[in-house]
Amino acid sequence: MTSTPTPGGVVATTPVEDRAAAQPRKLTRLEKRAIAAKGKLSSPWASFTAIIIAVLWTIPSVGLLVTSFRPEIDIRRSGWWTLIPGLFNGEAEFTADNYDQALYGSGTNLSSAFVNTFAITIPAVVMPITLALFAAYAFAWIEFRGRNVLFVSMFALQIVPLQVALIPLLSDYVRAGVAGSFWTVWLSHTIFGLPLAIFLLHNFMKDIPPSLVEAARVDGAGHVKIFFQVLLPLLVPAIAAFGIFQFLWVWNDLLVGLTFTGPAYRPITVAIAEMAGSRGGDWHVLTAGAFISFAVPLVVFIALQRYFVRGLLAGSVKG
Amino acid sequence: MTWLIEPDNTAEKLMLMVVGVLLFAVIMGALLFLVDRPKRIPAWVVALAFAGPAVLLIAYGLIRPGIITIKNSFFDRRGNEFVALDNYVTAFTTPQFQQVLIITAVWVILVPAASTMIGLIYAVLVDRTRYERLAKSLVFVPLAISMVGASIIWKFVYEFRPDQPGVRQTGLLNQVLVWLGLQPQQFLINQPWNTGFLIVVMVWIQTGFAMTVLSAAIKAIPDDIIEAARLDGLHGAGMFRYITVPSIRPALVVVLTTIAIGTLKVFDVVRTMTGGQFGTDVVANEFYTQAFRQNNQGLASALAVVLFILVVPIIAYNVRQMRKTEEIR
Repeated sequence: MTSTPTPGGVVATTPVEDRAAAQPRKLTRLEKRAIAAKGKLSSPWASFTAIIIAVLWTIPSVGLLVTSFRPEIDIRRSGWWTLIPGLFNGEAEFTADNYDQALYGSGTNLSSAFVNTFAITIPAVVMPITLALFAAYAFAWIEFRGRNVLFVSMFALQIVPLQVALIPLLSDYVRAGVAGSFWTVWLSHTIFGLPLAIFLLHNFMKDIPPSLVEAARVDGAGHVKIFFQVLLPLLVPAIAAFGIFQFLWVWNDLLVGLTFTGPAYRPITVAIAEMAGSRGGDWHVLTAGAFISFAVPLVVFIALQRYFVRGLLAGSVKG
Repeated sequence: MTWLIEPDNTAEKLMLMVVGVLLFAVIMGALLFLVDRPKRIPAWVVALAFAGPAVLLIAYGLIRPGIITIKNSFFDRRGNEFVALDNYVTAFTTPQFQQVLIITAVWVILVPAASTMIGLIYAVLVDRTRYERLAKSLVFVPLAISMVGASIIWKFVYEFRPDQPGVRQTGLLNQVLVWLGLQPQQFLINQPWNTGFLIVVMVWIQTGFAMTVLSAAIKAIPDDIIEAARLDGLHGAGMFRYITVPSIRPALVVVLTTIAIGTLKVFDVVRTMTGGQFGTDVVANEFYTQAFRQNNQGLASALAVVLFILVVPIIAYNVRQMRKTEEIR
């Protein structure tokens, strides 16, 4: 597996070259690449295409963000781009009213949905990670019969569509009288997250040198001790990688929330999807509501992007 | 103690959350404590304690429901009467459902192809440039937000106002049409192009994934190969065609299949943007409609099984690939 790209080396192209010119020595791989890359974007068409893609990928979100801060009457009257001249002569008007209305308005009340999402997400991340860590340990370091068959079936289950499980699970929950509660949502998210979690964490665990585990075993450490004292500290990046995966998946999920939560416990995605259906023209609350739902995942994502990329690469390229 | 099942306010919800996590921690802790006590303990007992809970949950929540769903697909809407293949016949022969299948096929072909192509081109273009990190982040960010949110973003871009004097477009795309002197369009209503405009949303989301994986693969191409090709006079497009693409073929396959699977199962975009109306319905959305709106359990189960059957070849391929890499290890 490739390690994540090292941005520092790329940004520092010029100083590296300067140094190389000043004192001739054997160039490192990175420096060679930096030199080879020089002038790579010299073709104006290449730069142009890259910029077009970058703009296309950014403009829609910018439009929504800007709109969410405009007064309702302006949103109805004109597009967000009409605001641009106003930025220079100071006529542009901004307001936080839309956020206020989206969060606490009687018809929207996203603040309660936000709390629901939060209460759903934390356990639905902690539980599958813990369970999967133990299971991955068993699959990686304990010899038992049927281990390979079990592991391969876990692996295969990764991409089974959730749809096949929804109706039977829901009827179970109804029969048990707990349908609609947080418990069922936690349980469902945990189950659905497990196959990928076990597979990813198993991959990371296999990368730990067996000699480390052997040494601990010779010292008389049992499985529990090996797991907590030898492996767990080394697995922190892996846990972070899958943690972000599962966090984004649960926070952004619509299908599971829609199927299993009762009206009082619907997560923010369900609330916004409903708003889009029933109040499709009320862009002032829709835009603000959408950004309320983005805020947390965006922060987590930007702060921990490195781990996310690592998980992405381990999960896909290795498979 | 009703708040354990039905919390009323924020404090109760958060308390319930803490209780849930603690309860879980206590159960897992007790389990580990038990297998850690005896000195000589058979390996399978330890394995059971470690892997048991996860395996049990998966068996309960994925495998067993899967089997029930397959069984249900041969029964009527309430699950009482055996109807053999009737649900499948309905799904494959009724014009309404044939349309759904065709639209789904269009999604599954176009989304992976477009996202992978754009992601690959972009990865090559920004590779080792000064702004690589920023440029990648811009395309990457849509991965972090929900598909519901992405749908809202694009629904706003597609917003339509009737073309009358005094009415200004508030959707960017229609404004662009107006600037170009064209008529504004109802992008989400006019068939068959509306499906294309929904697909754009999914491509917008998935391109970041394709770009990230492919970019890592490109960076992993050995220097000597690139050097040799350059000495042979390959540059630009030639380098891309004869060196880059063949070298990253495995990553390309992974990206294409992963996005195809994701696309097959997705229903958030369709549901949020059109609700499956105007001929944009896909299997995953129709499953939801049949299961929880029409209460037709049999047909919904059949649709879920169709989704499942479509991913089986990919599962088989993945398992084979994994077996191969295990052997190399």
